[in-house]
Amino acid sequence: MIEARHLTKVFRHRKRGEIRAVDDVSFTCRPGSIYGLLGVNGAGKTTILRMLATLLQPTAGSASVAGLSVTDHPARVRARLGFLATSTALYGRLTARETIAYFGKLNDLSAEQITRRTEHLATELHMHDFLDRRVDTFSTGMKQKTSIARTLVHDPDVIIFDEPTLGLDVLAARTIIAFVRDCRDRGKTVIYSTHIMSEVEKLCDVIGVVHGGRLLAEGSHTELKERTGTSDMEEVFVRTIGAESAA
Amino acid sequence: MNLRHATTVYLKELKDSLRDRRTLVSMFVIPTLLMPVIFVAFGTVTTKLVRKVRTETPTVMLLGGEDSPKVRAALAAQPRLKIVPSADDFRTRISEKKLRAAVRIPDDFDRSLHEGRPATVTIYTYEGELRSGFAAGEIDRFFRDYREKLIQARLEERGVPPSLLKPFELTRQNVAPPEKVGGNLIGGIIPCVIILLAFSGAMYPAMDLAAGEKERGTMETLLCSPASHTEIVLGKFLMVLTASLATVVLSALSTVVTFGLGASLFAREAMASVARGAGGAAVRHALPSLHPGGFLLSLTMVLPVAILFSSVLFTISLFAKSYKEAQSYLSPLVIVVILPAMLATLPGVDLNATLACIPVLNVALLSKELVSGIFNWPYITLIFLSTSVYAAASLTWAVKMFNRESVLFRS
Ligand SMILES: Nc1ncnc2c1ncn2[C@@H]1O[C@H](COP(=O)(O)OP(=O)(O)OP(=O)(O)O)[C@@H](O)[C@H]1O
Ligand SMILES: [Mg+2]
Repeated sequence: MIEARHLTKVFRHRKRGEIRAVDDVSFTCRPGSIYGLLGVNGAGKTTILRMLATLLQPTAGSASVAGLSVTDHPARVRARLGFLATSTALYGRLTARETIAYFGKLNDLSAEQITRRTEHLATELHMHDFLDRRVDTFSTGMKQKTSIARTLVHDPDVIIFDEPTLGLDVLAARTIIAFVRDCRDRGKTVIYSTHIMSEVEKLCDVIGVVHGGRLLAEGSHTELKERTGTSDMEEVFVRTIGAESAA
Repeated sequence: MNLRHATTVYLKELKDSLRDRRTLVSMFVIPTLLMPVIFVAFGTVTTKLVRKVRTETPTVMLLGGEDSPKVRAALAAQPRLKIVPSADDFRTRISEKKLRAAVRIPDDFDRSLHEGRPATVTIYTYEGELRSGFAAGEIDRFFRDYREKLIQARLEERGVPPSLLKPFELTRQNVAPPEKVGGNLIGGIIPCVIILLAFSGAMYPAMDLAAGEKERGTMETLLCSPASHTEIVLGKFLMVLTASLATVVLSALSTVVTFGLGASLFAREAMASVARGAGGAAVRHALPSLHPGGFLLSLTMVLPVAILFSSVLFTISLFAKSYKEAQSYLSPLVIVVILPAMLATLPGVDLNATLACIPVLNVALLSKELVSGIFNWPYITLIFLSTSVYAAASLTWAVKMFNRESVLFRS
């Protein structure tokens, strides 16, 4: 369960002055469902997710993850959370197994638990062929799988994906999407941020349209389509943010 | 604080670094090779130069003085100079280093002396050229002796005791043990080189572990783990410090080995020169030597310096968004370290209470004394304490910056 209440983030930038990157955003994401954050570049998606992951302090408002306040118990929140950031960056000189073990240790898993989880994830993600190879020899797809395994090593209840398909080809992207769906089916609370219309349509139970740091509309894709009177997701998006600009 | 997390981060960074060729070079190869190179270069050049100058009998051209057979005979009888017959192109020959020097004896020299009229002997040299200078020195010495004898003869002639012109004698004696003489030549340079290595050893990992991790995009993932920022920064800092200390320890070991081997090698050379003449002393003094206890203590003093370097480099690198940016911030800092280290090697720059509080310079100055076997305990204490305070302050700063989101997520 993720709850955001009036989340606001203001950055102070030397040249650009005050930037209201996130402005009074509230939403709820329940276990067993995928909440999609849809927005263009600079809309504020990453900033919202970083606040949920306790990487950034909210300027105002509050948020809780699995019932824990992100400001009061940041370490405990992080222990319940898996965060797959935009870039699937990894440590090139470590093997996939070492990478998974590193994050397992940071999540206070025992050596035995790490072995068991590594085995489980490697089987599930078909990683056995390259588990003991160094990451810098991997294809993008292999890196992607390693990133996922690393994120889920501690079997978190809440999983955050920030544009996980960015820069991936169709096949690699499909693997990710299938995997995200899998997480939901196992009862996880999933947040998925993207600017790709087709992805939210296929994947998300609830879609939040973010623009200029504000949450402009929320609902399932059918609800949003009804509200804007169109069946095309791109049109839904443009009308939603256009309505705001006009108002 | 959970030390297990810090240890996990540290061990991972260690493993990661040991697999990186660039770290290996800066951590192991450079510190191991630098000292032998410095030693051999210094030792060989000074030994060779001094030996060559000492063994060579300089060729000197005698100009004029055909009507002064006395002085000519005295010059020719002098074993340290090889007199060659006069030629018009002596200037070119000196410039081309075919001739070391020339000396012109004025006309009627013998008679002028006899009659007590003033006369001037001119020496032609290649100013600044070591061997020409040496030849000129010999000519100079010859004419001083010649003049001295003349004065004595005249005084005796008039019945005046020679002590009238020389009321007292002046002699000089060296009482410093050999390592003090040597220590101030190259011994003072060695701790400075080690300080520099402590810096350069920390530099690459500092860039890689802070800016590099930010640039690769793995920092965000790491920060998302339950490990606290303080635990992460501690683990990373320890790795930077490890690299810095590894270079220090390795260069120290290589110094000891080099000195052990090199000293015996060059010592034989020096002994041979001693047998040949006064040149031996010069050779022996040019040879590097270290007081072992002082060297060990100066290494201990480098420990807080390494902490200071590691945390400062790490923190500055943290501000950078990319490896390249970090490089452009950190590279100029080398000057900030080289300058005080070089200043310390200058003769005449010695410790005082103010300098003892200037980071880097204080340890460099102290090391210069330590390797010469001088133990000034109040300064040793003051410098160790002040450097430790700087180290603690810089580490605190590193932790503080690592907890600041505007530093970690700069845009
Ligand atoms: N650390 C920061 N300091 C200052 N401004 C920031 C910082 N991080 C983000 N911003 C600004 O906040 C706004 C929202 O950025 P954010 O990264 O959250 O957008 P996004 O929706 O994730 O966009 P993208 O699709 O490009 O990833 C942008 O205007 C951005 O420039
Ligand atoms: Mg983003």
